[in-house]
Formats: sequence, C-alpha cells, structure tokens
Amino acid sequence: MRIAVFITCYNDLLFPEVGQATVRLLRRLGHEVEFPAEQTCCGQMHFNSGYQDACIPLVERFVDVFAAYDAVVTPSGSCATMVRHHFGVVADLTSGDLPDRVASVAPRVFELSEFLVDVLGLTDVGARFPHTVALHPTCHSTRLLGVGDRPTRLLRAVDGLTLVDLPRSEACCGFGGTFAVKNADTSVAMGFDKVDDVLGSGAEVLTAGDTSCLMHIGGLLSRRRSPVRIMHLAEILATTEARA
Amino acid sequence: MTTHEHEPTFRGTPPFPEAARSALANEQLRANLGRATTTIRTKRAAVVAERADWEALRLAGAAIKDEVMRDLPALLERLEAAVTAAGGTVHWARDAAEANAIVAAIARRHGATEVVKVKSMATQEIELNEALRQHGIAVWETDLAEMIVQLGHDLPSHILVPAIHRNRTEIRDIFIDEMGRVGRPAPAGLTDAPSELAEAARLHLREKFLRARVAISGANFAVAETGTVVVLESEGNGRMCLTLPEVLITVMGIEKLLPTWRDLEVFMQLLPRSSTAERMNPYTSMWTGVTPGDGPQTFHLILLDNGRTDVLSDTLGRQALRCIRCSACLNVCPVYERTGGQAYGSVYPGPIGAILTPQLRGIARHPVDKQTASLPFASSLCGACFEVCPVRIDIPEVLVHLRGQVVRQSEASHRLPTSEAAGFAAAAWTFRSPRRLALAERAAGLGGRLFGRRGRIPRIPGPGPIGGWFRARDLKTPARESFRDWWRRSDGGRGGPS
Repeated sequence: MRIAVFITCYNDLLFPEVGQATVRLLRRLGHEVEFPAEQTCCGQMHFNSGYQDACIPLVERFVDVFAAYDAVVTPSGSCATMVRHHFGVVADLTSGDLPDRVASVAPRVFELSEFLVDVLGLTDVGARFPHTVALHPTCHSTRLLGVGDRPTRLLRAVDGLTLVDLPRSEACCGFGGTFAVKNADTSVAMGFDKVDDVLGSGAEVLTAGDTSCLMHIGGLLSRRRSPVRIMHLAEILATTEARA
Repeated sequence: MTTHEHEPTFRGTPPFPEAARSALANEQLRANLGRATTTIRTKRAAVVAERADWEALRLAGAAIKDEVMRDLPALLERLEAAVTAAGGTVHWARDAAEANAIVAAIARRHGATEVVKVKSMATQEIELNEALRQHGIAVWETDLAEMIVQLGHDLPSHILVPAIHRNRTEIRDIFIDEMGRVGRPAPAGLTDAPSELAEAARLHLREKFLRARVAISGANFAVAETGTVVVLESEGNGRMCLTLPEVLITVMGIEKLLPTWRDLEVFMQLLPRSSTAERMNPYTSMWTGVTPGDGPQTFHLILLDNGRTDVLSDTLGRQALRCIRCSACLNVCPVYERTGGQAYGSVYPGPIGAILTPQLRGIARHPVDKQTASLPFASSLCGACFEVCPVRIDIPEVLVHLRGQVVRQSEASHRLPTSEAAGFAAAAWTFRSPRRLALAERAAGLGGRLFGRRGRIPRIPGPGPIGGWFRARDLKTPARESFRDWWRRSDGGRGGPS
C-alpha cells in the first residue's frame, strides 16, 4: 500500500510537530509514508468564505498530486471533509474531467483515526501516555465525516491514559474558520463556554483530530494562563513513553 | 380602541457581528436563552429517538416538499379551486404591500376596528400589524408569546417562542405595566408563577376573543387536493380565533402547500416532535372553506409570494422553501444560543433565517444591503442545524452557496478589490505554488520569532480580522521550521534529527 500524508497548510506552518507525529506513528506501525512536496492547501478557507472559484486550481492540484496513492492520510477531520464532501461541488464548477478525477481520489482520503481503525484495523497502536485527557470530537469529524467513536476507541487503548468526559462535547467550539475573525465576539463566547467545560472536566490535556479547533481553544486557554495543554490526537498516539 | 404607537420593526438592525456584540453583552439574555434552548433541545432529542423511522420520515418530508416546489403553479391552482368550491375566496399577493392591502380591504369591508390574530410568521414577515394600524385597525396577538412581545413593544427572537429572550419576572412586569393600557389589566398582586401568568393572559385575551368579528391566521399546511388549511398550536388561543369570529382571513406563503391529504401524515409526525418536542401538539385546527352554521361564515385565503418564486429559481437555495418553521435549527444552534434572535434583524432568525432572509430579500437577483449580506456568515458551519432539520435542509451547504453570492456581488460593485478579496486572492496565489507557500511559511516563521514570546503571540490590538482574533485569544507562533522544510532537511525524519 502506497501511503501519502496530506499535512494541511496550517499544520505545515503552525503545527509541524503534528505532521511529524503522524509520520512517526505510521512508521512505528510498519507503514512507510510519503510526503509529496507539491501539495499545498485543500482550499477550505476559500470555499467556506465564498471564494469557490479560487478553489478550482487547488482541487486540481490536490487530485494530481495524490492520484498515484492507495491512501492519503491527513491529521485533520476538517480538511478531509473538504476533500470528501466539497471537492465535488468545486469540480462541478468546471467543465472537463475534474469531477471524475475527484471521484477517483476523494474516497482514498482518510482522516487519521479513520485510517488507523478502518484501513489498518487497529485500535491499540502501542502508545503510552500517562495523563488525563479530554477529547473534543469536532463538528466536521463527527457531523460531516462521521468518524463516530474511532478517536475515543484509539484513546481508550493508550496505555496509562485516563479519558475523562467532556460535558457538552458535541457543541461547536466556535472556531469555524473565518467565522473566528468575522464574528470574533460570538466565536469567543462559544470558545469560552468550551474552555469552561474543558477546565471542569479535570483534564490535563485537551485533544482533537483537528488543530484548527485546538488553535482557537488553545489561544483562549493560553490567554487565561491555564495549564491545560492542547495536543493533536496524532501526538498522543505517537507517544510511547511518559515525557515531562 | 386604537393602538397607541408604531409597531417596532427590524429595520435599522446593524450587520450581524455588531448586533451580536450588543446581544452578547446582555448577561440576562444569554442566561434566558441558554436555559431555554438546552431544555428544548434535550426534549426534542428524546422524542425523536422514540421513532425508529425518523430518517425515513425526514426523507419523505423533503421529497414531498420538493414535489410541491416542482409542481407549484398547478398545485396552487388546485388549492384555489378546492377552496373556492368550499365557499372560500382566494387572493393572490405578489408582495407584502399587496397582501396587506387585501387584508385591510377585507377588514374594512366588514367594519372591523380590531382583529385577533393567530400566531403567524407570514404576517410578521409582511408587517401586517403596522399596515392595519395605519388603517386604524387594532391588531391583537393572541399567542401568549406573541402577546408578550407585542405588549412589551418588543421584537420577536424565535420562530416558535418569540419571547424566548424573556424570563418570567420580565413577563410579569410587562403584564403589570402594559395590559391595562390595551384592555383588561393584570390581576392585582400578580406573581411570576407560570399558572398566574397564564391566567392573567387568559382573562386579558378572553374579552378580545368574544368581541372580535375578524380573525387573521397563517397556515402550517394547506392541502391542494381538498382545500383544507391546517394550523397547529399549543394553547387553544388559535382555536378561539379560528372558530369564534365571523370572518377569517388566512395569509400563507405559497410554499406551505402539500399535494394530498395523505401527506399530512408525514408532517404531523415531523413538526410537533421537531418544534415543541411533543409527540402531538395539543390543538390542530383544520378547515375547508366555510361550513354553514359552524365557525366563520366568510373565509379569505391570501397566497403570498413576497420573494418566494425568486428563491425557487435558485436550484440549490430553494431547499430553504421546504422549511416548516419548526425552529429545531434555532434550538441547537450555538450561535443563536449566544446571540438570540433579534441580532439576525429578521422575523426569521437562527440558521434558517440566515439562509431564508437573504433569499427572500432577493440576493439571487440584486445586491443586498450590508445587514442582509452579513447573515450567511453568521455561522460556524458546525452542521448541528442540518442534523435536526425535519425536512433535511442542508443549511451549511446553502450558507456557503450564499456566501459565494455575497462575494460575487461585492466584486461586481467594487472597482478595486476589497482588502478581504485582496487577501483571499493573495492566499490563493500562494497556495497555487508549493514554492511560494514555502517562502511564505519561512517569512511567517521569522515573523513569529520577532513577535512571539514563549511560543505565543500574545496580543495585537487593532480593528479588523487580526484585532478580532487577538481580543481574547493568543496565537501560536508559526513554527521555526515548517513541516515541508523539516521533511526536506531530514529526508522525512530518516536522514537527520527529527
């Protein structure tokens, strides 16, 4: 199986450690991964902000870059949603064979927990992380992608990890891409309610399958000088020993 | 008796971000809304979970409504024929002004100086109360929550529960201050106990029901096959209006049609569970034209377009016309829960309002004002609305579609790109090339090192999107080394230090 990672633009720039953890984890599980350097961005920010035409070259690039792989793994439920649910909409704006190319590539794109559980058939990935963790399931992963309890099952199998319930976990954290800046006050109000729930959960670490939500929640936690850390699911699953 | 002042309107509501900011500052509002929406959303989830065939019902509901959209002209004519055959009179209104003029003319012909009203979104949409007031006709809202809004000179904030932003104490104060000015005063010593508030409303309304000769309603459904109009309600006040007066005028949006009587079966299951979280609502009134010796002896049905055929012309946006006004999407919306309904500047608030209002205001045909243009952006696209919608309106999909229309209108009306458009164009240009992206990442990494402290950029004051982020949030600094630079330098972590 030829596996590529789609790192996503904001992980590339802001959270390279998430991409590194994804690579480390998959290698530990015995799978070599490639990083096609021609990849850039899925275009979700443009798509959701009303600049759908600007997505066309990004969608074309994506399907070209990843056409040759059996599986494309991405540490982002949100970007996986863009590829699997919205690429078709963008492709339909074009004439030619883009819809067919999208239909061929998109089903081979997996969010990390989907890839581990569905493709590799694993829930115990051999991780050890002796900390108390809460999971933010994220709207795109649950409502659009339908990852269900896959992240929970993966976390429960981590040695030493205590998974605590996050109250109202299904509620949106308020990030929402450009919503976070176009409607900053509402976004922050939603985020602070999420932060209250995180702090009330007793977790040391808040994890999610998306660094976009975590960047927002983490920014609020940081402003409050909270000791709760944010970590992507990949970082926890890649860890094999306790670290300070 | 005449009303003593103008009815408030949503005109002048600022764009959503600004309206939301004021609403968010109102702690009482947020507490009232949080409590109310949490309660109803929990109850809805419980009664929906009882139905193993819920998804099949949703699919059927969507399919029936789509059939209505496809055959609308023929079905409307069928409805007209059936209503006329049963002794009713059917009127066609292109817009709010036409509909209001028809209602006013009928009311004046019957010598009415006052009318009682059943709760109705269509008549709120066309601002009928104010139009009738200008004709010297007093309008009494008889739905409890609508009455609270009207007595409080307030604006509705919810489709089903227009006074959801008010708590019991506020309602008691409104009753004490206002009831006596327009009719029977609130009983002395009124407390905020729900039973006492309901009794005060009952006494106040009863004299209006018994006196009124003309009633006005909306319609939840109208069956084209039989000409039957259907109103669902909880209080029985609607039933009073629909049965006691001599003249009944119903204003319905043309999308409220159902083709056949059998179709009601689906919607009578979908609507109460989605709306009030009940298996069945307490009062369902159905009438077909007039029945000699029983109920109103004169019935007028006004079929209202008011932008709906424009919505119909948008193949993606038209799914908004499936809406049965249940308000399930409001109750689960995390944005609505914080801002309340008035911030949307329309009688249709929340997620459905954010897609319906701009379309009814003609966004598909012409540029819209700033407030209208802000509505499709009033969502984090979390998808909770679509999940609960009983007729499967993919609200996030339509929001994104309308955002595209807003952007294209903005591009067409500015000779130079706006700063936002320029920013998005620059980002798209960067993303079209991995080399440009790598350069941009290196520049950002350098910037992060200059401005960041301990991995965080703490605060950048100022207006616009950047200031908006930093008002309450730090930002992680861009990495010293991007993933792509790390991969190349270390051969994917194999050739060097990772």
